Amino acid sequence: MKQRRSYAQVLINAPYLLWAAIFILVPLFIVAYYAFTDASGAFTMANIKELANYKQTFWISIKYALIATAITFVIAYPFAYFMSKKSAAKQQMMMLLVMLPMWMNLLIRTYSWMNILERNGIINNLLGMMGLGPWKMIGTAGAVILGMVYNYLPYMILPIYTIMSKIDNSLLEAADDLGAHSFAKLRHIIWPLSLPGVISGIAMVFVPSISTFYISQKLGGGKIMLIGDTIERQIQTAYNYNLGAAISLVLMVFVLISMAVMNRFADDDGEGGGMIV
Amino acid sequence: MSEIKNIIELKDICMEFDGEMVLDHLNLAIKDGEFVTLLGRSGCGKTTTLRIIAGFLNPVSGQVLFDSKEINGVPPYQRPVNTIFQRYALFPHYNVYENIAFGLRLRKVPEAEIKERVEEMLRFVNLQGFEKRSVTHLSGGQQQRVAIARAVINKPKVLLLDEPLSALDLQLRKDMQVELKNIQKKLGITFIYVTHDQEEALSMSDTVVVMNEGKVQQIGTPIEIYNEPQNAFVADFIGESNILDGVMPCDFTARFAGHDFDCLDKGFAPNEPVDVVVRPEDVDIVPVVRGMLKGEVTSVTFRGVHFEIIVDIDGFKWMIQTTDEHHVGDVVGLYIEPDAIHVMKKSQYSGKYGDYSSYSDELEQLSELTEDEEE
Repeated sequence: MKQRRSYAQVLINAPYLLWAAIFILVPLFIVAYYAFTDASGAFTMANIKELANYKQTFWISIKYALIATAITFVIAYPFAYFMSKKSAAKQQMMMLLVMLPMWMNLLIRTYSWMNILERNGIINNLLGMMGLGPWKMIGTAGAVILGMVYNYLPYMILPIYTIMSKIDNSLLEAADDLGAHSFAKLRHIIWPLSLPGVISGIAMVFVPSISTFYISQKLGGGKIMLIGDTIERQIQTAYNYNLGAAISLVLMVFVLISMAVMNRFADDDGEGGGMIV
Repeated sequence: MSEIKNIIELKDICMEFDGEMVLDHLNLAIKDGEFVTLLGRSGCGKTTTLRIIAGFLNPVSGQVLFDSKEINGVPPYQRPVNTIFQRYALFPHYNVYENIAFGLRLRKVPEAEIKERVEEMLRFVNLQGFEKRSVTHLSGGQQQRVAIARAVINKPKVLLLDEPLSALDLQLRKDMQVELKNIQKKLGITFIYVTHDQEEALSMSDTVVVMNEGKVQQIGTPIEIYNEPQNAFVADFIGESNILDGVMPCDFTARFAGHDFDCLDKGFAPNEPVDVVVRPEDVDIVPVVRGMLKGEVTSVTFRGVHFEIIVDIDGFKWMIQTTDEHHVGDVVGLYIEPDAIHVMKKSQYSGKYGDYSSYSDELEQLSELTEDEEE
């Protein structure tokens, strides 16, 4: 009986394990293999050493991703909070509005922003009618960060909203009852309880932001090279799979470390009781 | 007895949700230091009343007075009352100590005093050594104590309790009933307790407020509520009762079930139609020759302490509780003492409650269960 059950379990798990092996583990090994070999397949540390030349790119990518994440958070948190306070019908409506842009492909959305921000785009035309501009927007850091914020905002709103709508209203009433006015409730109850949602929102925005290449290519006007662009160029244009793999590997390790740090931060706050100061 | 001041008064309170009347011109005065229970089925408005006192809801009309001062519109965090919530609403991200300290922290009480008072509270509710425990890992009874400590540490003048025992199992509930009553005595503050459990209400309260359909049906001591229900609803809701249609030909005589009975009630108009309540434990089963009424036993249920016997008298099914065994099919006589008869004026509830012809334990338990879930 017991054996049959475990046999069944193996069967149930098998497709998933196979999937994970083929599409997650094997590619990871391939990336690692390329990163530590040269074009002839011999072991080398040259690729890793060459990364020093891309310090600047790494730095800009991290900076832009952090700024984009911070801006999405500032927009998403209050939005999610007010959304969770609305009636069920309004919540559904707002959710639809948040999700709507995601029904369109990322490429199309980014192209639309190009049209809006271009030298002959919608904004500059409007400004022109008022006798202003034209302003150069494509090719600036602002345009790239805007593209990130716009594209990834739903990924920040959704996890925060989900966790906020699960906060038991009686907790807020209890806080109210014990003397907490609105801001105290936000600080001592809503914020700590919504933190796991914030952490996953940050992860879901920061990771695609730091590795994007499409947004920076289109809205950066070819002038802004992020780490994603560099990887793409090494692989697509320079056919240097080894260097491309080395940069990917470092990016991946960096992302994993950031995630670990953030999760640690969330755990600590959950367990330690968090003093009210 | 000297005059005790009213700590809370509700005057002509109306409340509606989505156009539905939940409280219908409710008037209620609560004396300082009392243990008051709001008792009623789910949807009777008892929890709404409590939430209006706590400040979570504002009534559509009417006044809420605290110490004779109107507090309509005063937010909950400024009211000198604290609430014990039905599912305790402990803060899951804080440990026991921080939960209890929450109210004091917000009021910027010095850390040394907080420590002293939290420890005193932990002793008070018997949870010494639990400071660092996570509240999510406590048993129901322990969570309940933390909730009490967290509220009481703020020295409220009134403690509001919203069905605080409904999540506990029977044994624990009985222990906590005694404990809550003791806590109330020790603190000497007013408790306003909401429950749908009549036994809880009768055993703990100084005053019971029976509510139905957004109105107060009766206010009185548990004994008054049980022995002298004001209308058929109260009689039916509190304990078991046989409620009969009758008339009062004159003072001290009640006519029902085709017989004139001596009773202790007076003050009704001659031949006024009335409702008559006879509690099942007050009816004696006697041999037919000695009985005032005669009927056939149709059902016998053993309850441990007593038998519950249904006797059919001309189609009206009486419930009788007795320690003597009888058998289905026996023809028996019923004897009722004058003081076992309670006469009530006719009300809107007359005729809605009566005999035990549709009596079924399973049904009753089922409907109680669904009521629990609703609230």
